[in-house]
Amino acid sequence: MSLNRLWAYANPKKFIETTDRVLPAIWGLAAICLVAGLVWGFFFTPEDYRQGATVKIIYLHVPAALMAINAWLMMLVASLIWIVRRHHVSALAARAAAPVGMVMTLIALATGAIWGQPMWGTWWAWDPRLTSFLILFLFYLGYIALWEAIENDDTAADLTSILCLVGSVFALLSRYAVNFWNQGLHQGASLSLDKEENVADVFYYPLLVAIAGFVLLFVALVLLRTQTEIRARRMRALAARERMG
Amino acid sequence: MIALLTRDLRLAMRAGGGFGLGLAFFLIVVVLVPFGVGPQGALLARIAAGVLWLGALLACLLSLDRIFALDWEDGSLDLLATAPLPMEATVSVKALAHWLTTGLPLVLAAPGFALLLNLPGAGYGPLILSLLLGTPALSVIGTFGAALTVGLKRGGLLLSLLVLPLYVPTLIFGAEMARRGVDGLDYSTPLLMLAGITCGTIALLPFASAAVLKVNLR
Repeated sequence: MSLNRLWAYANPKKFIETTDRVLPAIWGLAAICLVAGLVWGFFFTPEDYRQGATVKIIYLHVPAALMAINAWLMMLVASLIWIVRRHHVSALAARAAAPVGMVMTLIALATGAIWGQPMWGTWWAWDPRLTSFLILFLFYLGYIALWEAIENDDTAADLTSILCLVGSVFALLSRYAVNFWNQGLHQGASLSLDKEENVADVFYYPLLVAIAGFVLLFVALVLLRTQTEIRARRMRALAARERMG
Repeated sequence: MIALLTRDLRLAMRAGGGFGLGLAFFLIVVVLVPFGVGPQGALLARIAAGVLWLGALLACLLSLDRIFALDWEDGSLDLLATAPLPMEATVSVKALAHWLTTGLPLVLAAPGFALLLNLPGAGYGPLILSLLLGTPALSVIGTFGAALTVGLKRGGLLLSLLVLPLYVPTLIFGAEMARRGVDGLDYSTPLLMLAGITCGTIALLPFASAAVLKVNLR
């Protein structure tokens, strides 16, 4: 039942109407969470006794890295929906998410480098996690480039969907291959569901708020960009109709 | 299928088919490396296995756009699509033909080029075995990339951008196996992983390539 109601948003008009209504709320919540999480994290948490103030970059690094992967997962789901049910909004949402995910990957890499310089003594190390993020970045680049290169919209949606599927398998393979190739410098997962304690609680709660902020920011950006894509396509259709006469 | 294979092979062998071009490119890469890193034998011996793998990979990449481009231009790809042969089989045969004309010569030439790079004696067996196992995967993955970009003008650069990330796992296990061989270590783990990747791509990727090609021929 509820799933059937979801498909109503495959109608571009309905999608724009609804997202127009909820977008301001999402933007507002994202801003609140980001400001709260980052201010709390940056100014009201103690410094780590070994890492000093550099530990605070975690509030940017971890959420960005999380969203970099989740954006690709979202693209994968959207691509599958396009292949199976051929809803244009879905294909456009995948297209809209790619640059956002790429920027998230860049943020994770850049903040990691800035943190790594004082802590590990190097901007970059060929560590499995770092390397697989760089590879993820390359996958984003290829995906976006393919979208840009093809003129026919439906063909582009089909080809990029299949690339996303195949790319996901290879990205996963690379992740484990890279693990095998070099032992890591990067610490273990900062957050996981099955551990008793992750990072200490003082760091944990502001981090959760910052993650919520990044998730909301991602949702808002993707919805906005999807709207833009839909409107751009409609304008192209209108212009074409006018030329026809 | 066999008719298609012999046709593709004959086309590749004839003048203008680009046969040997990949091999020449491989040679040039191998010759240029000592100019780049210096002629010390010890250094070359250390990096030889990796350089040979990279060179083979790039040579393979260079010839990918020829897999479908000519057939696309003269329309024979449309004929192949309407032929009774399923598209998956066509794509597999194309990949096989590419491997026979590019991958296999690279494998056969690799020992000679390894001499130039001062590869230690223990490394020859694992290097050739790893190339023999890995290059089919390169051809199959490359066929997928070529099918993705077949209809595009100036698809060459995009093809590299799409295919190179997909080559990462193959390169890692292949080069790791060759390196372990050079160091005299046990290389059965990367050998098995490489074989797994090759078998997996040969079995599964033709379906994706065929789907992509059908979209492009629509």
